[in-house]
Amino acid sequence: MSQRHEQLQATWSDPPGIWGFLTTVNPRRIAARYVLTAIALLILSGLLALDMRVQLSQPQMHRMTAQLYNESFALHGSTMLFLVSVPVMEAMAMWLVPLMLGQRTMAFPRLNAFSYWLYLGGVMMLWVPHTLGVTPDLGWFEYPPLSGPSYSPGHRADIWAQMITFTEVAALAVSVNVAVTILKMRPPGMTLAKMPAFLWAMLVSAVMTIIALPAVMLVTSMLIADRLVSTHFFSPAGGGDVLLFQHLFWFFGHPEVYIIFLPGVGFVSAIVETFSRRRLFGHVPVVLSMLAIAILAFGLWVHHMFAVGLPKVGNALYTAASMAIALPAGIQIFCFIATIALGKPSYRTPLLWIIAFILTFVIGGLSGIMTASAPLDLQLTDTYFVVAHLHYVLIGGAMFPLFGAFTYWYPKATGRLMSDGWGIVSCALIVGGFNIAFFPMHILGLMGMPRRIYTYGPEMGWGDLNLVATGGTVIASVGASIFVANALISYWRGKRSGADPWSGSTLEWATRSPPSNYAFADVPVVQSAAPMWDNPLGPFPVMRGLSSRCREALVTSLVDANPQCRQPSPGPSIWPLVAALVTSALFVGSIYTPWALVWGAVPLALVLTAWFWPTRPRRKEAQA
Amino acid sequence: MRAFALITLLLAGCAGQQSAMHVAGDQAATLISLFRLMMWVCGIAYLLVILFLGWGLIRRRSAADTSEQPYHKLMAGWVGFILLGLILLVVASFLADRSLGQRQQVPLQVRVTGHQWWWRIEYQAGNGRWIETANELHLPAGVPVLLELRAADVIHSFWVPNLAGKMDMIPGKINRMTVTGRTNGWFRGQCAEFCGTQHANMALAVKVEQVGEFDRWLAGQARPVSPGEGVAAGRKVFESASCAVCHQVRGTEARGRVGPDLTHVASRRTIAAGTAPMTHGSLRGWIIQPQAIKPGTSMPPSDLSPQDAEAVASYLETLR
Repeated sequence: MSQRHEQLQATWSDPPGIWGFLTTVNPRRIAARYVLTAIALLILSGLLALDMRVQLSQPQMHRMTAQLYNESFALHGSTMLFLVSVPVMEAMAMWLVPLMLGQRTMAFPRLNAFSYWLYLGGVMMLWVPHTLGVTPDLGWFEYPPLSGPSYSPGHRADIWAQMITFTEVAALAVSVNVAVTILKMRPPGMTLAKMPAFLWAMLVSAVMTIIALPAVMLVTSMLIADRLVSTHFFSPAGGGDVLLFQHLFWFFGHPEVYIIFLPGVGFVSAIVETFSRRRLFGHVPVVLSMLAIAILAFGLWVHHMFAVGLPKVGNALYTAASMAIALPAGIQIFCFIATIALGKPSYRTPLLWIIAFILTFVIGGLSGIMTASAPLDLQLTDTYFVVAHLHYVLIGGAMFPLFGAFTYWYPKATGRLMSDGWGIVSCALIVGGFNIAFFPMHILGLMGMPRRIYTYGPEMGWGDLNLVATGGTVIASVGASIFVANALISYWRGKRSGADPWSGSTLEWATRSPPSNYAFADVPVVQSAAPMWDNPLGPFPVMRGLSSRCREALVTSLVDANPQCRQPSPGPSIWPLVAALVTSALFVGSIYTPWALVWGAVPLALVLTAWFWPTRPRRKEAQA
Repeated sequence: MRAFALITLLLAGCAGQQSAMHVAGDQAATLISLFRLMMWVCGIAYLLVILFLGWGLIRRRSAADTSEQPYHKLMAGWVGFILLGLILLVVASFLADRSLGQRQQVPLQVRVTGHQWWWRIEYQAGNGRWIETANELHLPAGVPVLLELRAADVIHSFWVPNLAGKMDMIPGKINRMTVTGRTNGWFRGQCAEFCGTQHANMALAVKVEQVGEFDRWLAGQARPVSPGEGVAAGRKVFESASCAVCHQVRGTEARGRVGPDLTHVASRRTIAAGTAPMTHGSLRGWIIQPQAIKPGTSMPPSDLSPQDAEAVASYLETLR
């Protein structure tokens, strides 16, 4: 056993030192990078938000100029949606999916590496120019004609548009990887019907990403074309249509919200099950609700456009489709509460985050029903009511479960537990501060405060509630600092957790903490959606036969997860990094000249050829 | 529910010159009653969730009591409640939408054009003529007015929450909405679609007034400036310096169309689209250093001497 462990450890290890850092294809190592980068950006964006709240805390504050404020909210929104929320959810999937499948790796390990380097390129695309004083200043949506060549000279808008290309290519790469891994690499016995709700959430979210993201890449490319080579997609004078941008943007933009929210549902399912010490109540309704949300999500983008003056015929349809989301979301909430009620809840920090999720997200969902109404939305859209709504949905619906998930899987990643006491303190401060900060914004919106204004007059009567909101933000920031400190200190001082500190229900708890390079020596055979609880005493049934001398992964059938073949899995390679560098050069260059696309394609083709060059010798070795 | 009480409390307390809760027009009244219905349905839904969660957390548990059966029934009831609530809200929403969309006989048509960062306003005067003003909209009480909304540069959004919901102003497109003011008084509107640097300072003063008063106001706005009117020195500077390139004062040599019409500028409450009150001092300040008052505005800093600027301010002040 020990000899086999050492052999597997060697087979799946990275080269030592910096070369290993650059060439690794270990999904956990790459996902950790993704998560840490996203957390760093989350902190930076949070500081931006804090700064904006200071500016708005009272009428006519002079902390920021109009230009600086516009840059701040543009940077905050773009970072949070494109560089934090979506990537961090994908990174969580990258880290957890192979473990929950009892697999050694993912379907396309090198694609993960490529994805991270490209994502990092997108991060630098936005934040390096920011340090040089060139920051996009038109919000996270950049509607033309304001973002067109006539009203936005310079490169601020190009930087924003190309940052999206970066991150969306990266997101597509991970999503394809997650979807294929879940569909084709499930352990024997894990039929689609017996797949944990977490994996369903990640699968549905990945498929939605694959369908939704091309729309935004298309629309930002059209914007760049308008700006760079004078096409007229969005210029009315040249026969273009400014609303085309909004349709394409929101065809992506609304599903994006669920792409962020569904992984949150996955975290909640996993945490509720473990901490209620009971199988998830209503596994089938929860999964069907996810599918219903995914389908509805593509039929309601127009609810972002009720005020643009589209024919009223469609209003009723889009109103009904948007409100209909309340049904699957309501069923999910019911099932989570029922699981707690039926089980024997253990009130550790992760479960507290889930309770915070229910209390907060439901308010966001209900204000969503209000904004879904076509006529009522005419009063609510583009006001602070919507600012409150979207933060209740995204922070309450996705970030609270993410913080819960972070606490829940922290011992799996580090081998140590985070402090429960400080966890409770940080949870209470963040959740309390959040509600103090954002609840008053509903009222501010009804009192007529529009979004994206850098200041307001004292006669408007918005000062008091804004001061309360800023106070709430400060409280939440203190809580966030405690959370970060808790995570850092626990890394060295935390109580050792062992493999399974929570008596978790899913397969990741079957391997050591932190997992070894290969994670699983043999693929477990499962009988239910909570495989760890099937046979608590006896040894885990496993399927032997995967080589320990070369990298191999098990491929199973799509529906029934019957073993099909042993797939050779690629080892460390520098080519994903080189390919990402070349792609980055192409993307950056195409801001300045369209010829960058042409000449950039040549080195890219060469690098991809090198990346995909067949490696026969390893095959032979595998057969030997 | 707590939220509802809080909102009602605030409704009574605040001035509400720009507020969706302080209703002064038919369309806003329709929307606030729809909002009240929503608050009731959503408030009850939230209460149910809280009760269920609270009960689930604190209930006494016995080993025998793990049957899922009652929960299936409970879930069916929950789904039924959601469905009923949604049907109610979709129907109410549909009816409200239909009432907003009704095209009635409209005696008055006003064209409002969004510019970075001000509003051009033109009243239909019959025989194809339009009476132009800027940044201040007067509406006769009880009369439905058809607003024709356009944009000159980028997307803006017309929003006077006390009167009606918002409607975007989109280049290459004309949007129409009907507004019926009910309560006399001054209200404030503001651009609601981010439109660039000074989006925050793109406000609109709105006055709902009795029909007779409105007619007198409109007749006053229609009148061009008579030849001898105004401070002669200031008028001369205005027409000879760069002012007249962008601004129009009807009846004089100033015929610029780029910036707001200034024919009766002194009759307005504010200057620079609600950025400063209409006083001699702010007029002079705005002429000399517009970028200090509204950074980014299209109004260029002037090269007038202090005496000339003073004269122009005095001249404009007489244009009532």
